[in-house]
Amino acid sequence: MELYKLTAHELIERIDKKETNSEEIIGFLEKRIKDVEFKVKAYVRLSNSCFSNLTHNSQNLTPNTQHLRPILKGIPISIKDNICTEGYNTECCSKILEGFKPPYDATVIRKLKQAGALIFAAKTNMDEFAFGSSTENSCYGPTHNPWDLDAVVGGSSGGSAAAVVSDEAIVALGSDTGGSIRQPASFCGVVGLKPTYGRVSRYGLIAFASSLDQIGPITKDVRDSAILMNVISGYDSFDSTSVNVDVPDYAKSLGMDIKGLKISVPKEYFIEGLDKEVKTIVEEAINKLKDLGANYKSVSLPHTQYAIPVYYIVATAEASSNLARFDGVQYGFRARCAKSNLIDMYKKTRGEGFGQEAKRRIILGAFALSHGYYDAYYLRALKVRTLIKQDFDKVFREFDCVVTPTSPTAAFKIGEKIKDPLKMYLSDIYTISANLAGIPAISIPCGFTKKGLPVGLQILAKPFNEELLFKVAYAYEQNTPWHSMKPKI
Amino acid sequence: MYEAVIGLEVHVHLKTKTKAFCGCSTEFGQEPNSQVCPVCLGFPGCLPVLNKVALDYAIKVALSLNCKVQEYTKFDRKNYFYPDLPKNYQISQYDLPISRDGFLNIDLDDKTKRIGITRVHLEEDAGKLIHQQDRSLVDFNRTGIPLLEIVSEPDINSPQEAHEYLTTLKSIIEYLDVSDCDMEKGSLRCDANISIREKGARELGVKTELKNMNSFKAVKEALDFEIGRQTELLNKGKPVVQETRLWDVRELKTVSMRAKEEAQDYRYFPEPDLPPFIINEDKIEEIKKTIPELPQGKMSRFIKDYGLSRYDAKILVFAKNNADYAEDCIKAYPNKDKKPIVNWLIGPLLSEAKNRNCSISELKIPGGKQELLKLVEFTQAGKISHLMAKSVLNESIDSGTPSLTIIQDKNLFQISDSGSLDNIVEEVIKENAKSIADYKAGKSNALMFMVGQVMRKTNGRANPKVIGEILKRRLNEAQTYGTK
Repeated sequence: MELYKLTAHELIERIDKKETNSEEIIGFLEKRIKDVEFKVKAYVRLSNSCFSNLTHNSQNLTPNTQHLRPILKGIPISIKDNICTEGYNTECCSKILEGFKPPYDATVIRKLKQAGALIFAAKTNMDEFAFGSSTENSCYGPTHNPWDLDAVVGGSSGGSAAAVVSDEAIVALGSDTGGSIRQPASFCGVVGLKPTYGRVSRYGLIAFASSLDQIGPITKDVRDSAILMNVISGYDSFDSTSVNVDVPDYAKSLGMDIKGLKISVPKEYFIEGLDKEVKTIVEEAINKLKDLGANYKSVSLPHTQYAIPVYYIVATAEASSNLARFDGVQYGFRARCAKSNLIDMYKKTRGEGFGQEAKRRIILGAFALSHGYYDAYYLRALKVRTLIKQDFDKVFREFDCVVTPTSPTAAFKIGEKIKDPLKMYLSDIYTISANLAGIPAISIPCGFTKKGLPVGLQILAKPFNEELLFKVAYAYEQNTPWHSMKPKI
Repeated sequence: MYEAVIGLEVHVHLKTKTKAFCGCSTEFGQEPNSQVCPVCLGFPGCLPVLNKVALDYAIKVALSLNCKVQEYTKFDRKNYFYPDLPKNYQISQYDLPISRDGFLNIDLDDKTKRIGITRVHLEEDAGKLIHQQDRSLVDFNRTGIPLLEIVSEPDINSPQEAHEYLTTLKSIIEYLDVSDCDMEKGSLRCDANISIREKGARELGVKTELKNMNSFKAVKEALDFEIGRQTELLNKGKPVVQETRLWDVRELKTVSMRAKEEAQDYRYFPEPDLPPFIINEDKIEEIKKTIPELPQGKMSRFIKDYGLSRYDAKILVFAKNNADYAEDCIKAYPNKDKKPIVNWLIGPLLSEAKNRNCSISELKIPGGKQELLKLVEFTQAGKISHLMAKSVLNESIDSGTPSLTIIQDKNLFQISDSGSLDNIVEEVIKENAKSIADYKAGKSNALMFMVGQVMRKTNGRANPKVIGEILKRRLNEAQTYGTK
C-alpha cells in the first residue's frame, strides 16, 4: 500500500493499530515527492534535509500528557510559505524576504506541534505575498496543475492544493484573503476551508490584508479538514482579532443527514461570465443536495457586483501598509546601493525585491488611502462592505447556507490571464464576498469538465457555523465519487 | 503690536511595566536591543495586543485634565518610512482619540489662566537612532513604549505662560504617578507651534513648528527667540515661512529644518489588527477613584486651611512627595501661625533636598518629623540661632545624630542674655578701634563687622540681634560720655 495516497484520518487509524508509523509514512512521502515534484513544482526550497528533519522530529515526539491532544500523532503537514515556522525559512515566495528565518512559530504551528504533527521544512509555493489567483506570481515560477500540467493550480495557496491532490502532502495549510484557499482547492479537486474571520489565529501569518486574512486547511477529504480545524481553531491572546468562542468537535458534524436543510442559491452568481460547463456541473451538485433531502431556493445578494471593487480597495490599502516593513533594514533582501543613502536603499530594495503584482497592489492601496482620495475610495469601500455583509445576514436569517460555484471557470492555462490583471481579479468573483463578510466557506470537488479539470462547489454559512459546512460537505462528499478520484501524473 | 499665539504638543512616556503592544520591559538605560521581541521589532506575521494599564493611565491623565473621555475609541495607523519605525507605520490615534476638550489652569502672578487641551491620546514610541560618521545605528528598546500625546489649544500667549503650562502639566502627571516626566531621560518631550499676529486680530498668523527643545528652559528660550525672529520679519514686511525649525542650544537660535511645503501624507486608516475599545461609565468611575488630590486643589486647600501665601503654597505642592510631607509637618506644628514651619520647608529643607538630589520626604532626618519640629521650635524660641540651626540640620542628616543631641553635645545654644555677652563685646571694642572710628564716621558696615567678630569669638552661638543692640548701646554711650 502506497501510504502517501491515504488521508490523515486513515493513517492515524493505522498508526493506532500499529500497522504503520511516522518513519514509514515519511519514507513513502519522500518517494512520491521525488517521483512527481519535478512535474508539479508544488514546493519551494526542497532539499534532502527536509526529509531527515521530519524523521528526526518524529522520533522526538513528546509523549502523551493530559493537556496535549496528539490527534495528529506523527502526521507530516505541509505549510504555505507565508506562515512562520521557527527555524525554517518563510519567504512568501518573494525575493524581498529571501533568507528570512522566523525566530518564532505561528500560533497554528505551535498548536499543530502540540497535536503531534510534523512540520515539513520545505514550504508550498504561492503567489508572492498571496497576491494572485494562479500561483504564477511566485518568484520561484508557477506550480503545475496535476490534472493538466499546462494549467494553473489557482492561487494564492496553489502549492498546497497541488501537493495535496498529487499526494505529495497528506494535509496542508493555506491562507485565504479573497479565495486563496478555496479557488485553488476547486482548481485541484481538493477540499479547502476558509474559517470565520477570528476563528483561527493570524499570529504568525505574514499579513496581506489584516481584516480579511484567515489560515485554513487544504485536505483530501472533509474529515481531514474537520480534524485540522479542531487543532488550529481557537482564541489566541496574541491575536486581538481572534474571537473567544468555544471550539466544538467538528468531527461530530460528519455523518449527520441534511434532510430539511434550507439552501439558498444567489442569482447574481449565475450570470454571464460563468462558464457553461461549470454552471451545469454546479447545478447538478445542487440537485444532488436536493436528493439528499435539502431544499433550495433562489435568493438575491444585491450588492454582489460591488464585491470586487470593494475588495481591491480594502485589501490593497491594508496590504500597502502591511508590506511597508519590507525595506531592507532588519531582515530579508537589501539592495546594494551606489548612492548609499536611506531613500536610495528603500527604493532599490523594494524596487528589486518586490514582483510586479506586489508593486501594483501596493501603489493601488497607497493611492486609495492618500489625502484627498481616502473618503472617496477607502471610506466608501468600508461602507459598501457593511452592505455586502448585511446581504448575507439577511439571507442567513431564513436559510442555513448559501451554495455557489467556487470559481467561474475551471483551471485556465499557465500564461493565459497573467498579462491581464483585471481579468485575473475576476476569477475571485465568487469567493471574495465571504472574506468581506467574515463568514466561513468551504470548497469541495463536485465534478470534472470534459477536459478532465476539477470543478468546485462552494458552501457558505453564517459566522462560527463551520459545523454546518462540515455537515453539508460531508453528506455531499460521501454520496459522490469525486473525492476518491486522483490525477494520473 | 504683536501678540504670540502658542500651542504645545507634549509627549509623555507612560511608566507601565511593559510596552504598549507587547510584553517587553520598558526599563530605561539597558543594553541596546535587549528589550525587544518579534512584535515590537515589527517582524512579519506579528500582531499588537493593547496593554490594558497603558489605557488605564491614559484615561487617568485625561480625567485629571478635565477632558471628555470617549466611550468608543480606536487606533489608527500613521504610515511613514523611517528606520527607527520597524513596521514603517506607527500605531496611534487619529479621529477617535481616547479623550478631547479638556483644560488646565496655570498660575500667572496672582491670576489663573485656563489653557485648553484639544486632545489626549495613546500611541507607541519609535526607536532611537545614533548617527556615526559612516553609518547609523538603531536601538529598538524604545520602540513600542506607550506614549501619551497631549495637545494644547493655541491659548498660550507668552514663553512664560508656556513654561507655566509645562511645569503645571508635569506636576499633575507626577501626582498621578504615571510617568517620570524627565526631559533628560526623554520621558517627556515638547514641540511647539508658534505664530504672531496683530494684537486684537482674529486670524492666526503663519505658524512655525519648533522642535529639539530639551528642557523647559529651552522651550522658553526658543519661543522667546522665535517671537523676536517673526516680529522682525513682519516689521520688515517679509512673510513668515511655514516650516519646522530646530532649537540650537549652543547658538541659542532656531534654525530651519525643512520647508513644510505640504504636510506629510500619513495615509491614516483604522488599525485593522486592533478592535475598537469601549470605555464605559464603570471603568471611568473606577479610574476616578485612583486619582489623588491634584496640585491645584491642594494648593487652594493649603492657602485656605493653613493660611499659606500663594507663593509658598505653590512651591510646596509642586512635587507630591514634598506636598504630603509638608502637610504632615504643618499639621503637627503646634502654633496657629504656620509661617515658621513653612519657611523651614521652603528654605533649608528644600535646599538640603536639592543638594542631595532627592525630595524633602526622602531626607534622612534622624528622629524624623518630630525632631525637625523640635528644631524649628528651638529656633523660634531663640534658643539657637537660625544660621546655627541650618548647619545643625545639615550635620544631623550627614552624621545620623539627631539635631538636639548635636546642639547639646556641642553646646550650641544661642547666647542671648546680655550678661554673658558684655565681656566679649568689650573685648571686641578694645580690639577694633578702627572699626569704631569707621562706625562713628557713619560707615554702617563697621557695625556688622564687629557683630561678626563677636560671633566668631562665640563660635557662632551669640544671638546677632542681641549683639547688635549691645554694641550700639555701648558705642553710643561711649559717644555720649566721650570715652575713647
